[in-house]
Amino acid sequence: MLDGMKKSNAKLIAYGGFLAVAIAFPFISPNRYYLTVVTLGFIYAIAVYGLNLIVGYLGQLSLAQAGFFGLGAYVSGLLSLKLHLSFWISLPMAAVVTTLVALLVGLISFRTRGHYFVIFTLCIGVIINLVIEKWDDLTGGVRGLIGIPRPTSIGPIDFISLESQYYLVLFFLSLTIFVMSQIASSLVGRTFKSIRNSEELAATLGINVMRNKLLAFGIAAFFTGIAGALFAGYIRFIGPDISNPHLTFEFLLFLLIGGQATIAGPLVGTLIATGLTESLQFMQEYRMVVFGALLIIIVKFFPGGLVGAAMKLKTKIEKRMNKANKSVNAPSKGENHAAKNRGFN
Amino acid sequence: MNLLIQQTVNGLTLGSIYCLVALGLTLIYGIMEVPNFAHGHLYMVGGYVTFFMMTLYGLNYWVSAIISGIVLAVLGILLERLVFNPMRNSPSSNKFIAAVGAMLFLEASARVLWGSDFRSIPAIYDNVVVMGGVRLTEQRLIIIAGAVILMVALYVFIKHTMIGSTIEAMAQNRDGASLVGIDVNRVAMLTFAVASILASAAASLAGPIFLVYPGMGSLIIMKAFVIIVIGGMGSIPGAVLGSFILGLTESLGATYLSSNYKDVVAFAILVLILSIKPSGLFAKGAR
Repeated sequence: MLDGMKKSNAKLIAYGGFLAVAIAFPFISPNRYYLTVVTLGFIYAIAVYGLNLIVGYLGQLSLAQAGFFGLGAYVSGLLSLKLHLSFWISLPMAAVVTTLVALLVGLISFRTRGHYFVIFTLCIGVIINLVIEKWDDLTGGVRGLIGIPRPTSIGPIDFISLESQYYLVLFFLSLTIFVMSQIASSLVGRTFKSIRNSEELAATLGINVMRNKLLAFGIAAFFTGIAGALFAGYIRFIGPDISNPHLTFEFLLFLLIGGQATIAGPLVGTLIATGLTESLQFMQEYRMVVFGALLIIIVKFFPGGLVGAAMKLKTKIEKRMNKANKSVNAPSKGENHAAKNRGFN
Repeated sequence: MNLLIQQTVNGLTLGSIYCLVALGLTLIYGIMEVPNFAHGHLYMVGGYVTFFMMTLYGLNYWVSAIISGIVLAVLGILLERLVFNPMRNSPSSNKFIAAVGAMLFLEASARVLWGSDFRSIPAIYDNVVVMGGVRLTEQRLIIIAGAVILMVALYVFIKHTMIGSTIEAMAQNRDGASLVGIDVNRVAMLTFAVASILASAAASLAGPIFLVYPGMGSLIIMKAFVIIVIGGMGSIPGAVLGSFILGLTESLGATYLSSNYKDVVAFAILVLILSIKPSGLFAKGAR
């Protein structure tokens, strides 16, 4: 019990620390350029959190995520550009449409397994990309959508300045992290993990595998759609490229650098990778020479990413300290998925 | 009517190229259960090697194609040793991610080394042949003939040579193959070499008609995946059949339906097939 409280305290401190730094960032940032980079990083991070739910927690490699990101961006962009709807209507619409499409895709794609699932979702991503590119009348084809309106102001708060847009994105990022951490520590999150560990076992325990997979897929797409809508409102110019599978691969890279199946991982990975990309801008087009090789090394030697490696180091140090103190505290027990998930669904 | 024949021949040309790429992909999948995402980019490197052999060193088209095949065989073996062999005991999604890493690395390397320009392998065989009212360039005929010859050669290699049949043995039963003394590592390297040679041959054949550029592998690898899913992953006849189905559907679809959406066709077929039969059309056994 005491151990649990300590843990949740540590968590609270971590969240509070992050929020304090993030809120103070515009004031301490030496130039506005960093602010734009971090804002964009936050938007991507929201999408990476979605990917984390599917890849990290559910253990299904979905490669359709950039398609959902593009879908969210285009739905929101088109609604506010052509129908002149408020951003506060087009953003939820984008999230809802993306979720519905994802559920439809999930219904079919989760009937397939293993490599078939990966290839199937990749094809869905390609289809969304191609349709956006070819549907000239609606999406403007390769020219894209230009001059998407800024997020509509709420009462006295407008979103014209860079700072205000930063805080807007930060709000959605915090919301995403909050929801994701709630999911991860809940029964639903543990159900996802049990499916990742063994679908057969989960099904034997009475878990409705299909329904849970759909749930995870839908939630992930919801946030990816929000990220897309935020992107459209922030950059205000979108082209078919944002739905290209290459962006999915970048999300995957961000996730793996940070650490899959962790709450901090997506944010850490996205910020570090986008930061590195920006500082290596002279080699923008060539950065994948480094990152491509890095991806292989990470997946081979550090499948837990940076956060995973840090947590391993921490437990190692704690163990050593425990030994030194000759403490009798037993190491915290691993979660017993099987027992906790019995009877769910 | 002429248009129909014309488009059928174009579809066969397209199918031949797909076939050579998909065969390599399905071979590798059959042996190692790795979806080799980088395979389309081996095709791309093959195209570049042939291109440079011809333009920089002024070599003959066929000599360039053979050199390209040798270079690619070495590259394929390197890929197996450096990326896939170390990953052989990892979970399958990690193998997939490693393959994606290799793909991104190859494409970016091509951009660094050779720039992002579109290039075209000089066409030597661009005379027009008229057959029964249909006008064809010689290169299209060479593509189809080349693909057929390579397919037959592959068949003979696998079915009628000792070393080739180790590939089939391992695809059928990995443990059984090692029990009878087949060296798993050697077969894996051999398979990657053969698959890479096929990919480079596809690029050398297609180069004079299509273009050579760093991203040329991206779309074809996805289509090759569609093909081997349609044909059953790991199945050689399935890959051949799937390639020609796709090539013909695309070229006829582009003529009679919509040329704008011709690339969507491939992926739509896959979605349709997997919706009806989640394990592919000709899947072997489970999954």
